[in-house]
Amino acid sequence: MAFVELEGVTRSIDLPDGGRLDILRGVDLRLEIGDHVSIVGRSGSGKSTLLNLLGLIDTPTSGRLEFDGTPLDELDAGERDRRRGRDVGFIFQQFNLLPGRTALENVVTPLLYATGTQFWKRDKIAREMLERVGLGARASSTPDQLSGGEQQRVAIARALVRGPRLILADEPTGALDVETGATVMELLDSAAEQAGAALITITHDPNVAALASRHYRLDGGVLHEIASDHVRSLAATGATL
Amino acid sequence: MKAGLWAAFVGAVVEAWAELRIHKTQVLLSLIGVGVAVTALTGVVAAGSIATQATVEGFERGSGRPATVAVWAYNPVTGEQPSKTDLDVAFATAMERYGVTYTNRTMYGGLSVQFPDGVMGISAFGVDQPYGAMHRISLKQGAWFTDRDALRLAPAIVVSEEIWERLGSPDLRVDPTIGIVTPTGTVDAIIIGVTPKQSLDGTYLQAYMLNDDYDAFAPPQDPNYPQLPNYEAWVPPEAADQLLPILQRDIAAALGEGWQVDVQRQDYLAWQVDDPLLVPKIVITGIAILVMALGALGLLNIALVSVRHRIREIGIRRAFGATAGRVFFSVMMESVVATFVAGLAGVLLAIVLIRNPLTESLLALYIQDIPGFPIEAALIGLGAATLVGALAGLLPALVAVRVKVIDAIRY
Repeated sequence: MAFVELEGVTRSIDLPDGGRLDILRGVDLRLEIGDHVSIVGRSGSGKSTLLNLLGLIDTPTSGRLEFDGTPLDELDAGERDRRRGRDVGFIFQQFNLLPGRTALENVVTPLLYATGTQFWKRDKIAREMLERVGLGARASSTPDQLSGGEQQRVAIARALVRGPRLILADEPTGALDVETGATVMELLDSAAEQAGAALITITHDPNVAALASRHYRLDGGVLHEIASDHVRSLAATGATL
Repeated sequence: MKAGLWAAFVGAVVEAWAELRIHKTQVLLSLIGVGVAVTALTGVVAAGSIATQATVEGFERGSGRPATVAVWAYNPVTGEQPSKTDLDVAFATAMERYGVTYTNRTMYGGLSVQFPDGVMGISAFGVDQPYGAMHRISLKQGAWFTDRDALRLAPAIVVSEEIWERLGSPDLRVDPTIGIVTPTGTVDAIIIGVTPKQSLDGTYLQAYMLNDDYDAFAPPQDPNYPQLPNYEAWVPPEAADQLLPILQRDIAAALGEGWQVDVQRQDYLAWQVDDPLLVPKIVITGIAILVMALGALGLLNIALVSVRHRIREIGIRRAFGATAGRVFFSVMMESVVATFVAGLAGVLLAIVLIRNPLTESLLALYIQDIPGFPIEAALIGLGAATLVGALAGLLPALVAVRVKVIDAIRY
């Protein structure tokens, strides 16, 4: 059974002049646990909107979206929030770490919305996760004391700390240099694989996209699958997507 | 409470505390007003309780503890009074019959005493031993009369601090004496106790003696207008209503026909209805509420600015599973936790101000039973602070809930 399934999904917004802008049109996508999918597309093509729909932050204007076997329209706002906290981990291009908080406090943040052992043993769990991303010694450092690569590793630890089944990475290497980006992607890929989670990566970088097993392109709000060979050849030549 | 709800509550408090820790300077500044107001509010309630106790004790010193009853006897036709001997016997017999042990007869008058700088008149009370307990007589030094003082060869006397100072503040352990001037010479009385100072200029020259001793020194009475002592008894308040007519009946019967006997309560509870400190209490509480409102406005202002600076952070928290309700509660809790802490500091400050050794030593001059710091004062202070925190947190919490996650993350 698919973990997330989109069928004929559209997302539109009303414009101030009374018109309507279709950001996504007729999107079909099926994601299963363990999938690694990359989505590429130009700026404004609807990538982030698609990511928000997958992460239950946004709702489709029309079409069907099922999350873990439940149609989205059967989940109220609170339940969507709870499922997002439990099953989805976000990694953002600009890291979006909480300023003024230590690395440990940032990783603890998602656990504050958990219950049971995850909540009561949050510090221990977060510390172990920081160890896993190689930042055990930097637990007390605030974001401004960390390099870009370290910040993104903290963000990865934060995304994975509740053991999500879906990891959504929005340009995870966009703010990093090539070498650091490659290291971070390697870490993210292996962490997702170890966790058995589906990983969706939005990227402009063919090298990052090449790590995925399935590839899609968003063009004017329409999602097309593209051949893996094509992506790998682009990565080999250093072209952009 | 369900385990999940408990975790959510603790989580919200943890979040709120972390937020306050990070923005401690601005939070601290915004909370000064709230803290000061809570100190004022708590202090007023506590001081009110102490002042009430002081007032009550003042009343009790004057007219006795509840229920103190006074006894008068007179002839309603001639206005004549019975003899002291007859009334003494009738009064004592009636009291003994009903097991009333705290009884007193007070004679008001004066004495001439020898000071180092000459002879001077002082006011003097002839009293029975229970007077001290019935009228809450507190002593700065020494002790009140005991039954054994009646057996002394030299009379015992309790003097005011002003008299004691005029005598050169002698050490009571060496049984200092004061010379009472009589027509036949000077008789030394042993000073056994000193009452606290009542006047700033040292003119409160007053002394107590036991009745038998006082009678020996009191100036002779006009035989046409003999002065009777004030007869009073301290009875259980709950039995007073029942006891009064019985005492009246028995004393009248003992005196015989033709005498009118009145037995009435004279303690403050018999006539005091309103709180004498109500007006100052209302005024100071009003000022405290005003300061609290200003503090709340400052807090609200800073909380609103702060929440607008944290839109991105709120978006991130929402992305990681914080529900709208949780965000609302967390933002509100920041304000509540902050004001609770400020309230706690305010209450502690009020306690330090009111219950420090210096204040207590000053109060001890006027109050026998200094009341403990009233728990209701602390609870009112903390409750008011928390309420102000909840009200000031409401608006920022509503702003936080309206944040759209997508927009917030891109903010």
